Amino acid sequence: MAEFINLYLLPGVAVGCIYALGAVGISLIFAILRFAHFAHGDVMTLGAYLAYSVVIALGWSVYAALPFAILGGALASMGIDHVVYRPFRRSPGIIVVIASFGVMLVVRSAIQLFWGVDILSYETGIRRPIPLFGDIRLAQKHIIIIAASVVIAAALHWFLSRSRMGKAMRAMSDDADLARISGIDTEKVVRWTWLIGGGLAAAAGVFAGINTKLHPSIGWDLLLPLFAAAILGGIGRPYGAIVGGLAIGIAQEVATYPWLSELPLVPPAYKNAVAFFVMVAMLVWRPTGLFKGRVL
Amino acid sequence: MVGGYGGMDILNGVDLAVEANEIVVIIGANGAGKSTAMKAIFGLVQLRAGSVRFDGQDVTGRLPNALVGLGMGYVPQERNVFRNLTVLENLEMGAFLKPMTLARMLEQVFTLFPVLKEKARQPAGELSGGQRQMVAVGRALMAEPKLLMLDEPTAGLSPLVMEQIFERIVAVNQAGIGILLVEQNARQALSIAHRGYVLATGRNRLTDTAAALLDNPEIGQSFLGG
Repeated sequence: MAEFINLYLLPGVAVGCIYALGAVGISLIFAILRFAHFAHGDVMTLGAYLAYSVVIALGWSVYAALPFAILGGALASMGIDHVVYRPFRRSPGIIVVIASFGVMLVVRSAIQLFWGVDILSYETGIRRPIPLFGDIRLAQKHIIIIAASVVIAAALHWFLSRSRMGKAMRAMSDDADLARISGIDTEKVVRWTWLIGGGLAAAAGVFAGINTKLHPSIGWDLLLPLFAAAILGGIGRPYGAIVGGLAIGIAQEVATYPWLSELPLVPPAYKNAVAFFVMVAMLVWRPTGLFKGRVL
Repeated sequence: MVGGYGGMDILNGVDLAVEANEIVVIIGANGAGKSTAMKAIFGLVQLRAGSVRFDGQDVTGRLPNALVGLGMGYVPQERNVFRNLTVLENLEMGAFLKPMTLARMLEQVFTLFPVLKEKARQPAGELSGGQRQMVAVGRALMAEPKLLMLDEPTAGLSPLVMEQIFERIVAVNQAGIGILLVEQNARQALSIAHRGYVLATGRNRLTDTAAALLDNPEIGQSFLGG
């Protein structure tokens, strides 16, 4: 039992938090701008590498570098929107989706040019897991990832339910035309959407880098589970994306537990297939997701 | 005003005016261009010719959120509340441009529509048709408009609720807000209005005081049910 919790469930929760942070951005962007943002994974990668540069340049711990990565990811997303997506505001959604595909390739290539293609790491050495109670042990990185995600999710909830701009975001997601008629500055809402989506993606990227190692396709590799999480929760529903992210993260890790024999039920190399399976099953069984999102 | 959607003109020459403190109603058969005329005033329909003037300045082609800032309010016929937002949040969104006056305007709207205060925490999508209409009107009032444009505010409501809405419209007007109203229920609408316009095939057909229109036998036959 302790082995299951220590090596499968808790790492699953940590991976789930990473997915949740990324999927919230995908869901928010879909809610406001009505398109699937394919470059989201590479915004995560950008955030992860920005944190790496701060760690190297200033000698800080990666956790201290996190706010800089969030800020960088937020501003970069807003800038990309301003230059690339904004001219397509009144174009059919598919054009923006393809544009985001282009952004994805450009961002990844830029990262490879600037930081190289080698696998990097925020810190060297091994940290011993911290005993919690009994045989339950928690890796320090998992504690921090989970705690930071909870704080970020709480801040997001406050923003969406209490702040004027957060309510305007929900209003625009509900009915963009009515938002315009009501006098809401919809372009300002769009800018805030990118700031938040990009900031959360950067945080997710840093956490992914902490959880494993840094490489230029770290975000791209997570894009499929992120979309699976957003769809599971109901696309356009940020709270759904949090639940979807946790569910997919835990499902992926727990699926590798040796449930039936000595061998893992699903070989670890096929973890992503679990996310894919959940996404396809959800689209067939209930295309609006758990939280009644929009049908894609 | 001349204009419409895409290549087709729906408005072939409509001329409307609302004075401050006036209730003006637009009546006409289906497809006469009543709603389109209202949308054109609010910058939602492309005008090919003509202009929109408000408070002495030319506002032709301005974006809706600029018009709200100048003091125009518009309540569309359908999809006029944020269904997933609470009543209170709907009203707050109406005051998006003027967050400083939020508390004062909320009080005014709650005085006008006391039922909204009771339902403040409920999602607007869960309310009855009449209450939803009140949320929509309240939302537009939150921006402190000088002119409020209502597109068929009583469509699909029971006679009793319709009566209440008309009565509230009069109360809004008495607070000093000009009102432009598109209505199917022409008789009731004219009975609260000062003046009326009759539109047909995108043109002005008749313009008169509301009382004169009510007495006009031709109007009686076509729009007031005999």
